[in-house]
Amino acid sequence: MNKRIGHIAKINGNMVTVKLDDFVIQNEVAYILHGQQRLKAEVIRVRADLAEMQVYESTTGLKIGEQVEFSNELLSVELGPGLLGQIFDGLQNPLPALAKQCGFFLKRGVYLEALVNTEWEFTPLVEAGAQVLAGSKLGVVPEKIFKHYIMAPFGLKGVLEVVEISGRAKRKISEKIAVLKDQSGKLHDVFLKQSWPVKVPIQAYAEKLKPSEPLVTKMRLIDSLFPVSRGGTYCIPGPFGAGKTVLQQLTSRHAQVDIVIIAACGERAGEVVETLKTFPEIIDLRTNKPLIDRTVIICNTSSMPVAARESSVYTAVTLAEYYRQMGLNVLLLADSTSRWAQAMREMSGRLEEIPGEEAFPAYLESRIASFYERAGLVKLHDGTFGSVTIGGTVSPAGGNFEEPVTQATLKVVGAFHGLSRQRSDARRYPAIDPLISWSKYHGFIDEAKENSAHAALRRSNEIAQMMKVIGEEGTSLKDYIAYLKGEFFDSVYLQQNAFDEVDEATSEERQIYIFNFIHKILFSEFKLEDKENARHFFQKLGQLFRTWNSSPWEGVEFRRVEEKITTLLEEKRKG
Amino acid sequence: MLKVYTNIIQIAGDVIIVEAEGVGYNDVAQIDIRSGTSLAQVIRIDGKKVSLQVFAGSRGISTGDKVRFLNHPMRVATGDDLLGRIFNGSGMPLDRGPELSENLVDIGAPPVNPVKRIIPNKMIRTGIPMVDVFNSLVESQKLPIFSISGEPYNELLARIAIQAEVDIIILGGMGLKYDDYLFFKDTLKQHGALSRSIFFMHTASDPVVECLLVPDLALAVAEDFALKGKRVLVLLSDMTNFADALKEISITMEQVPSNRGYPGDLYSQLASRYEKAVDFDTAGSITILAVTTMPGDDVTHPVPDNTGYITEGQFYLKGGVIEPFGSLSRLKQQVNGKTRADHRTIMDTMIQLFASYREALEKQSMGFQMSAWDNKLLKYGLLFEEKIMSLKVNIPLEKALDLGWQILADCFLPEETGIKLSIIEQFWPRQK
Repeated sequence: MNKRIGHIAKINGNMVTVKLDDFVIQNEVAYILHGQQRLKAEVIRVRADLAEMQVYESTTGLKIGEQVEFSNELLSVELGPGLLGQIFDGLQNPLPALAKQCGFFLKRGVYLEALVNTEWEFTPLVEAGAQVLAGSKLGVVPEKIFKHYIMAPFGLKGVLEVVEISGRAKRKISEKIAVLKDQSGKLHDVFLKQSWPVKVPIQAYAEKLKPSEPLVTKMRLIDSLFPVSRGGTYCIPGPFGAGKTVLQQLTSRHAQVDIVIIAACGERAGEVVETLKTFPEIIDLRTNKPLIDRTVIICNTSSMPVAARESSVYTAVTLAEYYRQMGLNVLLLADSTSRWAQAMREMSGRLEEIPGEEAFPAYLESRIASFYERAGLVKLHDGTFGSVTIGGTVSPAGGNFEEPVTQATLKVVGAFHGLSRQRSDARRYPAIDPLISWSKYHGFIDEAKENSAHAALRRSNEIAQMMKVIGEEGTSLKDYIAYLKGEFFDSVYLQQNAFDEVDEATSEERQIYIFNFIHKILFSEFKLEDKENARHFFQKLGQLFRTWNSSPWEGVEFRRVEEKITTLLEEKRKG
Repeated sequence: MLKVYTNIIQIAGDVIIVEAEGVGYNDVAQIDIRSGTSLAQVIRIDGKKVSLQVFAGSRGISTGDKVRFLNHPMRVATGDDLLGRIFNGSGMPLDRGPELSENLVDIGAPPVNPVKRIIPNKMIRTGIPMVDVFNSLVESQKLPIFSISGEPYNELLARIAIQAEVDIIILGGMGLKYDDYLFFKDTLKQHGALSRSIFFMHTASDPVVECLLVPDLALAVAEDFALKGKRVLVLLSDMTNFADALKEISITMEQVPSNRGYPGDLYSQLASRYEKAVDFDTAGSITILAVTTMPGDDVTHPVPDNTGYITEGQFYLKGGVIEPFGSLSRLKQQVNGKTRADHRTIMDTMIQLFASYREALEKQSMGFQMSAWDNKLLKYGLLFEEKIMSLKVNIPLEKALDLGWQILADCFLPEETGIKLSIIEQFWPRQK
């Protein structure tokens, strides 16, 4: 078949209109031929014989009449062994390899293979003649610490027969390892890698289930009050400077999952640099291997082309789904979904679509919903389970949660961790506001106790508000103590010091122990004669707890401080 | 031989449309106007219709004027010859010196590959405790100064510039008052820094479109120096004027505005400039300090709001001092763990107590009875404002930390500060 071509008729920013000579496919990838360069673009609207395309590169220097070549394919990513530990841009270009080839800058029009064509030790899991389904495990190769399963292509339909399968051998990534026959008798070659269009969810599993197991993040405020489930979704909206990115970084380090995919979407390059320079050096305690071995970074920072920013979250979620298909628990952290929404807005503006609220396109909500819907806990064909959990940050304009992106996100997620400027100004980190946040999932803390602690916190806040009006002297001692208890709970349990080796991550076991300990304090009566005395008592208790929080779990120091705390409590406890 | 086009078919705002062929997107053109020549840049092509934004403004352009396309994007001269020179927003000399045309580089070069960046790790000492102790400035940081009009932001900018240890200072002025321009020039001269400075100056009376080029020119020159291993400090004042110029052009181009008339790509536009701040893994660095004036002291205004999401923190200038709440240096953790063991403790504790002081102050102003604790806080707050917060204070970091302990000891008992015992034992000043 001859290549279909077209010619540039109009250029406006990163949108190029192409006059077609032949048919065209919606969302098809095309290349603009500019001198020696081939610039990638995607068809996003067709009108009569004109196709409007978003260009994934800078359009500087493009001219009317330049040729455009259509590829017949949707925007896709390569899936196969070798993804872990990689750093890709939004189009799955490996950035370290690009740096080797082009130096300091990202030269436009240079696209490299996402997967290096190296050899992998392939072991078959099925025999010729076996019946399989799309997504069934055909063989396995070792990738870092994981068993990387080679699966039947996700796009095939019906029951497939294994016609040929390679024996145990070293195989290159692009080498054929099996042949499958579908019901119509058509043969399909299978390689170590397969490609998949990013905007289509992978659905080669038996069924999708309701998320039930908690995902431990080791952040006390999240795990104890606003838990997230494996396969669930959550969002972190917050004004700038409230600590969204630090929160995401901590989660990426400590969350109890197999694989973390980080999508740095339209954010600061410096933050990505921190992740990609430190992760190879941090040893993951569970696996004893560097963190980077279980991480994939998709990075399309704010100064990189906008259209690729839009595709980066899809690239990330597709990689997450791929590892889920192997029965792994994957966590996708997207920072920030607002930048992704803005990329859509920029494109929509250039298409001169009728704008919705704040000039966002009318399809904003459905796009956000379908993105988060790609999370989930699934039962695979072989009865094992895999999950994709999605946590997205939102950067609302002016820190106002009423704006369209936050509202559209809140409709579809299972947990809301709202950051507040007030808390971050008071250096209360993590700055998740316990008074506005919520979660629909169940955590590992006893629900009744969690609710009562939450109520104590709200009561404390009410009294604090009241005190602003009637003053401390107008507040009864009982109320004042209730206020102090809430403040105490907040400062020693909800707040966590990210720069303290021990305090930065609290295990499930420790959280349960400490939570119950504090819960008892919250609901005990103490012999405190006046407000001055009460304040002093809780200040002293707080100081001891902070020392306790930074002592290693069940160590000598831990026991010593616990004893001190118990003594102090016994002195003042009533009855 | 460059082709000349004379059929200008539309003039609206500072954008003209000329019919031409074979024109590259973003290319530069020269227009011969009765009053002289002006540069213009291609911002849209629709078939034969080429839209150009004219840097000198469209006033006086005739539909019969000649337009010559130069077949390349906007370029700027770079290199040591620029040191000590002053240029306007189109890169033309303002100081009677010769025009420069050597080592031309395209402005708005491609973005830096993130893997070629390194984690910033060098603190820039300023002698201002509110910066050094509480929000340390770090080499390669991009940091705006949020301020309302009338605050001494240019003074602060100039003071940091002369005290910071950098190789080259590049000042980009956008809509700057002529007085302010002279102020910068005089201050840098006084401290002998003029010979390592370069000015790109767009004053309030110059055509609006020229303002758009200033950050790009300044940063393209900075990038060239940084690639040669120099440590460059870029000062931009005022980015709100830049954003307003963007707004003007986008509305002329009939783009759908997103928020208060600003274009939908304001974030990307600002980001592509700020993200030029970099520490190269085998070369120099660019640090950006930019003034963003906030109309009506409103931090949620689109310009400061978008800026805050891009930059690595912000200094919030209010009432002549750097306000501890709202000010933030995101990179401080990279450096303040290596200065002195008590740096972070002093930073956290003093701010937390200062927050309590503000609450106590509020209570006092509402006429409530002050408790013993409140009185302690009031004493502390006043000391803090006078000895630490004032911009008049000019002491090194270590002195400022010692001063911090002294103030804490003067006002509180150790356990009231909430500081861990081990640190108290080491640093709490002995009783006199």
